[in-house]
Amino acid sequence: MIGHRVPDRDGAAVSTPITISVDGEPIEARVGQSLAAALIAAGTVAWRTTPRARRPRGAFCAMGVCFDCLVVVNGRHDVRACQHRVAAGDVVESSPWPDGRVSDGGDRG
Amino acid sequence: MVTSAHVWSIDSDGVHVMVGEADGEGRESRCYRAAAVVLATGAHDRVLPVPGWDLPGVYSAGGGQALAKGEGVAIGRRVVVAGTGPFLLPVASSLLDAGCAVAGVFEAGRAGHLMRRWTVRPWELLGQPAKVLELGRYGSTLARRRVRYATGCAVTAIHGGQRVEAVTVSRLDASWAPRPGVGETLDVDAVCLGFGFSPRVELALAAGCRLDDRHFVMVDAQQRTSVPSVFAAGEITGIGGVDLALCEGTIAGHVAAGGRGDDSVLRVERRRRKVLRAFASRLQGAHAIGPKWTDWLNDDTVVCRCEEVDVARLRSVVETSESLSLRSLMLQSRAGLGSCQARICGRTVEELLLRTIPSHRLVGEGSIDRRPIASPVRLGEIAQSRAFEVEG
Ligand SMILES: Cc1cc2nc3c(=O)[nH]c(=O)nc-3n(C[C@H](O)[C@H](O)[C@H](O)COP(=O)(O)OP(=O)(O)OC[C@H]3O[C@@H](n4cnc5c(N)ncnc54)[C@H](O)[C@@H]3O)c2cc1C
Ligand code: FES
Repeated sequence: MIGHRVPDRDGAAVSTPITISVDGEPIEARVGQSLAAALIAAGTVAWRTTPRARRPRGAFCAMGVCFDCLVVVNGRHDVRACQHRVAAGDVVESSPWPDGRVSDGGDRG
Repeated sequence: MVTSAHVWSIDSDGVHVMVGEADGEGRESRCYRAAAVVLATGAHDRVLPVPGWDLPGVYSAGGGQALAKGEGVAIGRRVVVAGTGPFLLPVASSLLDAGCAVAGVFEAGRAGHLMRRWTVRPWELLGQPAKVLELGRYGSTLARRRVRYATGCAVTAIHGGQRVEAVTVSRLDASWAPRPGVGETLDVDAVCLGFGFSPRVELALAAGCRLDDRHFVMVDAQQRTSVPSVFAAGEITGIGGVDLALCEGTIAGHVAAGGRGDDSVLRVERRRRKVLRAFASRLQGAHAIGPKWTDWLNDDTVVCRCEEVDVARLRSVVETSESLSLRSLMLQSRAGLGSCQARICGRTVEELLLRTIPSHRLVGEGSIDRRPIASPVRLGEIAQSRAFEVEG
């Protein structure tokens, strides 16, 4: 199941649940989690549209190298979702273009 | 100790750092002048392009590992892991732990080759029980969970509309050319690809350090680079795992702080470094990239993900341009000029250009690894920085 969260172990998935807003919808995330992980855990695999071919993109390297995962966080542009640690009340806009988000469309953990 | 500190440049003034949240705004700008600098900026996975590798659901092997092991998130229901190198095994193991089904681990190197390279100088392995056991443990986890592991195979195409839906797995010959035939289709919703690692050498280059022909920072026995007072440790000097990085870091730190590389307190580190390096070079030889991987590219396969430059575009620029300079060919095609500054595609762009140019030579200065800004800063931050100085 996509986004199924394994039980906490040696500091892996940090536990306190918080709510952030993604394109106006509430999403549950965990304190200390990266925004990319929170989005994937919520069943979203892509949250940006490329400017030329208008192809969907999400995270690729998950370590701040590829810049595929850019989002707008609290009004700030060009934030790497994999490098941003979520905080309660974060307001995320997935993409400056419409239809930027691709959901896994299935049941979620 | 300064945390949340992002070094964005090194120049004659010193080491320039932004302190604050990654990609933040209005961070504090500092400049450190230090008597010695130890660089340990690490490496990231190299991913070779495959048709469809720009679909959501495709991750670098390290990315899959970071999400699965680091954050406990399953990146898909059914995942394949492909590429080359022993790092594929821990990635698959972490995916299982995170709750993914692993549809297969496909190592491009062929079994005969791997065996020959792994077992050259077998006595060296005796010094390596921990490393060998670690790999053995991953191997047995995969076997117990009945995960398919195949050598001489690669994911040669990734299919899907808006995200990964399936992959084609092909058998490869010794040069990594896919064998004739259609290959096998597996339905998966995520893919992890890793073909070894690229060191993050932009700061080392900015400091003037010399690199070897594989783009790693050259160091002497004291971890000193070609620039006096600049030291390097860890994966930027060669890929060898966490234990080797720790030994090198200990030695570099000791010497940078005024000690000597042959001091007796470093006896253990020196010995371990030697053994671990021998192991690392064994792996390096066994998992070298085969030259014919380019056979699995199509004209419309994306090479540069940021600027969306495909194989055909790169070729047409070479064919219509008079230039043989890397810089100029990049400017004309836009390959490698996007926001990742060629961190993902640089090595590949260079390799594809070299192969397409009739003389197989690029001219002029310039390294694909040279990036004046090592980590993102906002223009406003530079403008506002009062650059208060800190003596180190
Ligand atoms: C997910 C994952 C799992 C791994 N699992 C294993 C394992 O099980 N066993 C094993 O032996 N090895 C493993 N490895 C490899 C191991 O982590 C490395 O060998 C080791 O960490 C290398 O150490 P390093 O200091 O060279 O680089 P790193 O540990 O990568 O450290 C580099 C650091 O430099 C920082 N940095 C880079 N540029 C800048 C800059 N401009 N400004 C400020 N900071 C910067 C980075 O943020 C990073 O913190 C794994 C690697 C990954 C990615
Ligand atoms: S996923 Fe590559 S920078 Fe965030």
